[in-house]
Amino acid sequence: MLIELHNIHKTYDNGQPLHVLKGIDLGIEQGEFVSIMGASGSGKSTLLNILGILDNYDEGEYWLDGKLIKNLSEKEAAHYRNQMIGFVFQSFNLINFKTAVENVELPLYYQGFGRKKRNELAMRYLEHFGLAEWATHYPNELSGGQKQRVAIARALITNPRILLADEPTGALDSKTSVEVMNLLTDLNRTEKVTIIVVTHESGVANCTDKIIHIKDGIIGETTMNEQHKASVFGTSTIMK
Amino acid sequence: MKDLLAEIWESIRRNKLRTALTGFAVAWGIFMLIVLLGAGNGLMNAFNQQGEQFASNTMVVYGGVTSQPANGYEAGRYIQLNNNDISITQSALFSENVDEVGATMYSGPYVLVLNGRHVSTYLVGCYPNMKNMNKIELICGRFINPLDMQMERKSLVLSASHASQLLNGGEDYESLLGKSVSFGGNSWMVVGVYKTDKSAQRVEEYVPMPTLQVLTNELNRVGQINFSFHGLATEEDNNQFEARYRAAINKAHKAAPDDQSSIWIWNRFTQNMQMNKGTSILRKALWVLGILTLIGGIVGVSNIMLITVKERTREFGVRKAIGASPWEIMKLILAESVSITAFFGYVGMFLGMVACEVMKMTVGQSSVEFFGESIRLFVNPTVGLDVAIGVTIVLVIAGTLAGLSPAMKAAKIRPIQALNET
Repeated sequence: MLIELHNIHKTYDNGQPLHVLKGIDLGIEQGEFVSIMGASGSGKSTLLNILGILDNYDEGEYWLDGKLIKNLSEKEAAHYRNQMIGFVFQSFNLINFKTAVENVELPLYYQGFGRKKRNELAMRYLEHFGLAEWATHYPNELSGGQKQRVAIARALITNPRILLADEPTGALDSKTSVEVMNLLTDLNRTEKVTIIVVTHESGVANCTDKIIHIKDGIIGETTMNEQHKASVFGTSTIMK
Repeated sequence: MKDLLAEIWESIRRNKLRTALTGFAVAWGIFMLIVLLGAGNGLMNAFNQQGEQFASNTMVVYGGVTSQPANGYEAGRYIQLNNNDISITQSALFSENVDEVGATMYSGPYVLVLNGRHVSTYLVGCYPNMKNMNKIELICGRFINPLDMQMERKSLVLSASHASQLLNGGEDYESLLGKSVSFGGNSWMVVGVYKTDKSAQRVEEYVPMPTLQVLTNELNRVGQINFSFHGLATEEDNNQFEARYRAAINKAHKAAPDDQSSIWIWNRFTQNMQMNKGTSILRKALWVLGILTLIGGIVGVSNIMLITVKERTREFGVRKAIGASPWEIMKLILAESVSITAFFGYVGMFLGMVACEVMKMTVGQSSVEFFGESIRLFVNPTVGLDVAIGVTIVLVIAGTLAGLSPAMKAAKIRPIQALNET
């Protein structure tokens, strides 16, 4: 198992305690393409934050690639995020004053790579995603789809164990959404990247091989979706 | 390092006006510091120049008025120093510390006549040691020598300013040597001419003291006793020596040994020590003032860095999500803070040094008439390399302090919170 969660509990205490995750057990294998679906408030974002080592949990155990991720210092957490996890966000979260290639380079900077090496690698990834000619453009000069592809390149450049995508199509139109989902699917198929997508759109979830439904802080049903027929709107649509 | 600089440059470039306004406060603080220190140095240099006309390890003793009754005499008796006091000073009692002993007496005014010209002046009867005591520089000829003293010769050392009034047109000072000057029915021989400058306290002529005592028929009158000394390093040593010396002189004049006002002792060495203490206090006060001014600028930088952190919260969150450690984020803010402070600090320092040079060329050249003396209030009002190095250290520390709290705030940013902000 690449990812193992045992009985994860998480309570937020903002004045009055809010029990968000009520005992999550989850296992994800190397190379899986999984989506976590749930309505807002279901705890799916919290679960993603825990998976991405962005947040702590109160109870239980989280094993990532054989390492227990628990009570890490900020520095250790940053190190593991850098080494093992790639993030793709809904709002891209590219740094505005850096060019596409500089954005893609950034995780390597924190690994201590030299400028030249970084640039070379980043260019290779951009080329792979067909963005070579946009390398020196700033994010505000790129379309939404291009931005998300730059973000995916940035997430992948460190060769992470898992790619975490939080509503990756949330800010894109339906056509671009399809492109991005196809790209993720392709990465999973050809590069064997383990991908976890968090979404509330069934169309997006339908692109993945396994759909984990989360409701009120516990995991409901897990749908195996190799045939991609989970969407009520048809097999190849992304609901918008 | 190059990457870090690129990041800082990027951040500054995006907020040019804001950075410039903040930087101005820092530059102003450093400018004030440099100008204050420069002015202070000018003042101290002027002080020191005043002090330099006398040898520093000397004491001068004057007669005073007794303050307490002793040995059957009432208080309020005038003490006149005499030849015996010179002998006491020279005696084995003080030979451990006392080097060269001399004495002076004033007399006058007299009208000197030479070449048919007249000049009115005071005479100073002195010992050969006067030359060293008052750092007298001879233009030509010689100073009073032991033979003059012994033989009570009528030798006279003219001041340059009077000598020039007595000169025939076209002649130089040397032509006066060996000539005789007459006054009061006596004729004296000019043996030397000494240099006078504007800051000299009073222009007077030097003659051997024994000769002047004879001339004035006051064989046992001594105006002041002066001597150079050694081996008194601390103020404590000096005070002990003075007390011992006072007791000896007082005893000779039948005054109470601890009477503080029977004689006056002017110790140039301790006076210098006190002046040095004073100038060091002044210097410290100026640093404090300058740094207080600088604090205004530092607070500005700190403020601006806080705004920067606030604005870049999301960016820092992203950076942390993709693997930046807290220290990496802190480094970014600290480096920016130090860069802004240092850059504008150096601008301020440069302008301050320009202002010091302007001061040097204007008020540094002027002098003030004060009781007939011409005094320069400012001498070389500039700062040295030590100050430049000091300021550099201050700037780096200040920049770090200014950036510290914003940097810690930035380091504490939680990626999830930052990413949820829109």
